[in-house]
Amino acid sequence: MAQIELSAISKSFDGADVLKGIDFRIGDGEFISLVGPSGCGKSTLLRIIAGLEPQDSGEVHIDGRPVDGIRPSARNLAMVFQSYALYPHLSTFDNIAVPLRMRRLSAIERLPLLGALLPSRRAKERHIRADIEGIAEQLDITPLLRRKPGQLSGGQRQRVAVGRAMVREPRAFLFDEPLSNLDAKLRVHMRAELAELHRRLKATFVYVTHDQAEAMTMSSRIAVMMGGELIQAGTPAEIYNEPGDIRVAEFIGSPKINILPGRIRKDGGVDVLGTTLKLTCNAAAGDCRIGIRPERIELGTGPFSGTVVHLENLGAEAFVHLAVEGTGSRLIARLADVRHLPAMASLVAFGFAPDAVRLFDPAGKRIELRAEQAERIREPAHV
Amino acid sequence: MSDGSMTIGAAVAPTGTMRRTLPAHGSRRTHAAYALVTPAAALMLVMLLGPLAGVIALSFTDYQLGAPHISWIGLANYQDLFADKVFWTALRNTLTYVVIVVPGAVIAGLAIALLIQSGTSLRSLYRTIYFLPVMATLIAMAVVWEFMLHPQFGLVNGLLRSAGLPAFAWLQDRSTALYALCAIGIWQAVGFNMVLFLAGLVSIPKQLYEAAEIDGASSGWARFRLVTWPMLGPVTTFVVVISGIRSFQVFDTVHVLTKGGPSKSTEVLIHTMYTEGFEFFRSGYAAAITVVFLVFVLALTLIKSRLADRGVHYT
Repeated sequence: MAQIELSAISKSFDGADVLKGIDFRIGDGEFISLVGPSGCGKSTLLRIIAGLEPQDSGEVHIDGRPVDGIRPSARNLAMVFQSYALYPHLSTFDNIAVPLRMRRLSAIERLPLLGALLPSRRAKERHIRADIEGIAEQLDITPLLRRKPGQLSGGQRQRVAVGRAMVREPRAFLFDEPLSNLDAKLRVHMRAELAELHRRLKATFVYVTHDQAEAMTMSSRIAVMMGGELIQAGTPAEIYNEPGDIRVAEFIGSPKINILPGRIRKDGGVDVLGTTLKLTCNAAAGDCRIGIRPERIELGTGPFSGTVVHLENLGAEAFVHLAVEGTGSRLIARLADVRHLPAMASLVAFGFAPDAVRLFDPAGKRIELRAEQAERIREPAHV
Repeated sequence: MSDGSMTIGAAVAPTGTMRRTLPAHGSRRTHAAYALVTPAAALMLVMLLGPLAGVIALSFTDYQLGAPHISWIGLANYQDLFADKVFWTALRNTLTYVVIVVPGAVIAGLAIALLIQSGTSLRSLYRTIYFLPVMATLIAMAVVWEFMLHPQFGLVNGLLRSAGLPAFAWLQDRSTALYALCAIGIWQAVGFNMVLFLAGLVSIPKQLYEAAEIDGASSGWARFRLVTWPMLGPVTTFVVVISGIRSFQVFDTVHVLTKGGPSKSTEVLIHTMYTEGFEFFRSGYAAAITVVFLVFVLALTLIKSRLADRGVHYT
């Protein structure tokens, strides 16, 4: 179990900056998701932690000790790859045995024919067999031990890859988009399994994904990366409810957060679509953007109105797409009660509580509401 | 011509089927299938299997090139062959040649491919250089080798002398001639094997090496044993068999450089066959040697298909 500390990690490929000075601290036993759109540098950061890629500058500490210049094999980290990277010529058993044989057997004991004759090897192999059988039991892959990777399904290969990572009890587990090759149903299932595995092992997990749903459902903390920078780190609830940057707000949450153009007046009041919101902020007067999550939009009452242009009924919930005059894009509202859907093309009034509002400046940084406002807007009142 | 008429018959067939009952439909289809297969089968028979059968048949006759008479003499050619000391020398020399050249060319080819693959620059230059011997005409290259191995003014002996070592009459000495030919054989085959190994190396997923590194394979040798060697398995089998067959066929260097001498020390199967068939015109006898040669090549091919069937699961 390990703490991982990254300080000022930078990396560029052919002059393009992929990582621009990442500082981050991963606590012992945390499940950290590095999430962001493709090309944001999250996989590169993971590979730097693993040691598969050297950083241009900055330091990686594991358990307080610098590991820069230490080979990946000596860092005692386990990694699960997107393609699983199982050795196709080895059976499931031998695949899981590789990390153990590499560590426990000497070079002579590993020799193909001669090594097998050594009595010391036989004793070690017995231990290895016992360890692997234990892991196989835990992951429910005992019947697969004799099969080769080519004979396994995607989900089974995934489990074997996890088994290979688990078997030597590494200091931390690194996952590089391990679920993206699975179909949607299996992905949801494996999500639960991985989260459960983390609870059981209590080990440090660093999990790279571009799927915000995976990050939200499994992690104890999420680190959102964009354009080579770590923009915000926090618990899933923090990231979802209190995004510090409009890019974070837009990336996390499905469907996407609604963004409306607004204006901050000199007295700190906020106008949006010709209506003044019941809240004030300390920012200088000027343009701003207002973010409201789809589930916080209340249909039926309120000062705004829009035309229903599209309905998505998912059974348990429904999404209503509204075209609002004065905004370029459409607004999406989530309805929990699918029995009372508005008619297509009808004009619907809508509003939102002041505490649903997240204000962002034109550069995308979050604008805090005034402190006294925070108290007042706890009670749900329509603007 | 018969092919043409059969094809036309098949094309006309559908009108005929109309009046027939349903069960006949199957046999109609079979006719069409045979008609479609016939051209390819006929070509294969004429071009590949026919000559083979001809050679086997010829080996049971006393046919001499240009002779007006031919008579069936059964296994007499084979009896002569197995009683002939030259044949056994040729067989032994050929096997020695194969046993030296195949491992040499395979290991050197793999080593060069690994070096080129791990290099960062000038890859295509090295690839071209090592491939040159494959592209060059071996007869012409053999002449160059003859100069290089010349006892008095050859490059090889010059180097040996400048290093203070004794010189050899490489191609004229019974004890060295075959090995000199082996060296030329390896030199010639390495480039071809290298290209095949390079193609195999490129197709190994990079992530396997990373997984191996994470799993604790820190030395290059450990990664080679864990990933490279097994992943190259199918390529290696192919390279070994191809090198084996080509070594069995060794002829041009022998013919140009030594003509099987000195005192039969470089006599090889195909050269014996050539001498018997085209210098002494004993076609039946040469055919018997060819059959022996084919048995060895066939055995190699069978070994290859066995290994390929062993079922290595690559995803």
